[in-house]
Amino acid sequence: MSLRNYFSSPTEPALLLAAAVFVAGAWVMPAWLAFLLTLALAKALVVLGVVIQMRAGLVSFGQALFYCIGGYGVGLASQYLGVGDAFALLALGTVAALLMALACGWLLTRYREIFYAMLTLALSMILYGVLVKSSALGSTDGFNVSPPSFLGWVPEGDARKRTLYLLTVFVAAAVAMGFHRFMVSSLGRVTEAVRENEIRVEYLGLSPQRMLFANYVLAAGVSGLGGGLTALASGHIDPDMAIWTTSGEFVFIAILGGTGHVVAPFIGAIVFSVLRTFAIQEAPNTWQMTLGITLLALILFLPKGLWSLVDRNKPEVSA
Amino acid sequence: MSAIILETRGLTRTFGAVVAARELNVRIAQGEIVGVIGSNGAGKTTFINMVTGYLPPSSGDILFDGNSVLGRKPRDITRMGMARSFQVAQLFPKLTVMENAMVALVAAEGTQPSFLRPLDTPQRREQANAIFEEFGVSRYRDALVNTVPQGARKLVDIAMALVSRPRMLLLDEPTSGVSSEEKFALMDTVMAVVRQYGVTVLFVEHDMEIVARYVTRIIAFYSGEIIADGPPKSVLGNARVQELVIGHDLNVNSAVGENA
Amino acid sequence: MTTIFAILIDGAIYASWLFLVAAGLTIIYGVMRVLNMAHGSFYAIGAYSAASLVSWYFSGNQGNAYWSLLMLPACALVAGAIIGIAIEQGLLRFLQGRDEILMVIVTYALLLILEDATKLIWGVNPYFAYQPYRLLGRTSIGEGLRFANYDLALIAVAILIGLVAWFILNRTNKGRLLRAVIHDREIAIAMGVNVNAMFAATFTIGAVLGALAGALTAPAISVTPGIGVEVIVLAFAVVVVGGLGSIGGAAVGAILVGLSRSFAVHIAPEIELFVIYGVMFLVLAIRPQGLFGQALARRI
Repeated sequence: MSLRNYFSSPTEPALLLAAAVFVAGAWVMPAWLAFLLTLALAKALVVLGVVIQMRAGLVSFGQALFYCIGGYGVGLASQYLGVGDAFALLALGTVAALLMALACGWLLTRYREIFYAMLTLALSMILYGVLVKSSALGSTDGFNVSPPSFLGWVPEGDARKRTLYLLTVFVAAAVAMGFHRFMVSSLGRVTEAVRENEIRVEYLGLSPQRMLFANYVLAAGVSGLGGGLTALASGHIDPDMAIWTTSGEFVFIAILGGTGHVVAPFIGAIVFSVLRTFAIQEAPNTWQMTLGITLLALILFLPKGLWSLVDRNKPEVSA
Repeated sequence: MSAIILETRGLTRTFGAVVAARELNVRIAQGEIVGVIGSNGAGKTTFINMVTGYLPPSSGDILFDGNSVLGRKPRDITRMGMARSFQVAQLFPKLTVMENAMVALVAAEGTQPSFLRPLDTPQRREQANAIFEEFGVSRYRDALVNTVPQGARKLVDIAMALVSRPRMLLLDEPTSGVSSEEKFALMDTVMAVVRQYGVTVLFVEHDMEIVARYVTRIIAFYSGEIIADGPPKSVLGNARVQELVIGHDLNVNSAVGENA
Repeated sequence: MTTIFAILIDGAIYASWLFLVAAGLTIIYGVMRVLNMAHGSFYAIGAYSAASLVSWYFSGNQGNAYWSLLMLPACALVAGAIIGIAIEQGLLRFLQGRDEILMVIVTYALLLILEDATKLIWGVNPYFAYQPYRLLGRTSIGEGLRFANYDLALIAVAILIGLVAWFILNRTNKGRLLRAVIHDREIAIAMGVNVNAMFAATFTIGAVLGALAGALTAPAISVTPGIGVEVIVLAFAVVVVGGLGSIGGAAVGAILVGLSRSFAVHIAPEIELFVIYGVMFLVLAIRPQGLFGQALARRI
């Protein structure tokens, strides 16, 4: 397999390049920017979960469920199981999310359209309700996540922020490459075919539900990973991670970035985070209004998101 | 006498008080080319929907190659070797014709689609190009399906059904929506491919000239029942069929041509 | 025994409130196939206008509490009508026929915009309009059970609105037209029903009902930012359980959710929220069209 075959499209080398730039930036950018980007990239992973479901034709209004499970998985493992290593914590959070998806996914993927959206919303609100009322888990306040170790080493202060940033960049790059492969893979494309015409997929000999289920579990895993990274980076978890307006935010970013390419949610998340930082500072009482107006504008004038500005020429890119 | 590939016994389907299909008994042998005629609502599409597992019958049995397929899903029946095309071409509108074909190809491969290996491979492209050649739709290869004209879409619809090399093919009004000049061209193309692979064919059609030209046997539906089943000359000459289905006197000899 | 009584009455009060909130939402979906997230905003705007008007009325410390009672539905009517017509004519009219799930996202955007709009108009401080609530006094039942008459009156209002809605839908020509459109929009259009006028009217009525729920609730709570967002998910739960598009379903859904929640609150408070969304999930999973909704149609 020659290098030329390995990089069949410009995406993967471009991702590696972008990752290298982000990594190099770690030593020149101010700590607050590294922190902002860390959270943005972690959020992008959750949005990626929403995006692959949108590519399957389903809008999840409850992706915050897995985001929260990933975060609480990390927090609980750190607090009650004494796990300190960042990699182990992330793995545990992701596995927790995957297990939940395996348990619920087959039932959920029997539904479409509004019912799917409402079911995902209901499920995430069930978790929210449980967490809010559980005083053992700090109820509405949540609890803090102790700083993790990295294969034995425990960095402090700015070094910790930088390490978490680097970790997030590596994870994001790896996930992006993997998901790019997935999106152009047989399963990824057939899942898009399910969106286009489920009945035909059935008549071709495949089970549409099986495709959607695999998609759902994958989305859950990557969202759990995003939640875990957020927990580590922000040092805090609370039930608002599961509330439906959090899911709404992920849907917004998915629409903002677009669904046409694996990089779109990352662009969306970074643009969103930067804008939100300014807006909260300058005009906190109109941030929601800004979001709402932007969302309407996107739907009316740029339905394929920011990515469609980059990618005007290619008619075969399916969104 | 060839083996019976498809058989239905007492196939019935009701929707409340409406009897869409009543006691349908059909036996189709391997290699037959069967035309199905009947006015709209006579039960032809209901028949196809039941036989392919999309619509559960109210009673009766369906046997494919002698084995009952009652209760099986369309995807299982496709895998067993019975494929179908649709009255309105069922394609993937926002994917290209090439991508549509590749999805059909990957489905026909029999294994679960891969998480990581790409859909678009040189082998699949080659196979798809060969199919496009056979059906004369190569020029639409990279176009989005929803930009492709109706006739080409019907051809792609049928081509996708044939990708899995089924032993039996059910065509639901293959020329509907296609202009009268193109109807014969379309059927000529399809039947050439079908003959090449030795596929048993059953197709629903409203145009009597088309039916008569290609088939060795006609089944006539009326109001959910089969009112005639046999060689084209006798079915088309049947008085009841003429009154209820064709609706006018048909010069049977000129319509039927060489296949009687 | 006292507990059972308390559960039932509390449940009835909560159910009445839920019905009032959900009625408008289910009607709008039924006729227009729009699951309107901004319904929460109608509720909030109704609550804010009522609360601010009543507060202003009593700001001189002179005021007839009975007038203040009348102000509540009056505010709801005016505020609901204005915002309903503005949204339907200004935006939704141009998005007719679009995907249902897209409309959820569009109305979500509206909810976000209106949330901040209410903050801009009424500020972020809470409003208290307790006078109408206090006016009606309290009732004691048995040993130790006391209820505010205002809350009990809510049950009567909910029943009244339910009956009026039933009457209009089943006994009037306009109502029959509405049911026809709910049942099958395409055929209704083909039969010459002026669907555009019907949509405008329905959306406005739904908005007024939502605002009414907010206005009637205002005296019982402190009206603060965020009440719209809180309420909408509950409204979804009720409407989904009862069946989207069915007023009778909204009533049954409200009773089911109301009683379940009341039971939880009295017996096992930790599961209060869990129970509400649990019921929603169960019904969605077992019978997605809800208890009284239409089954989904076939495709080929």
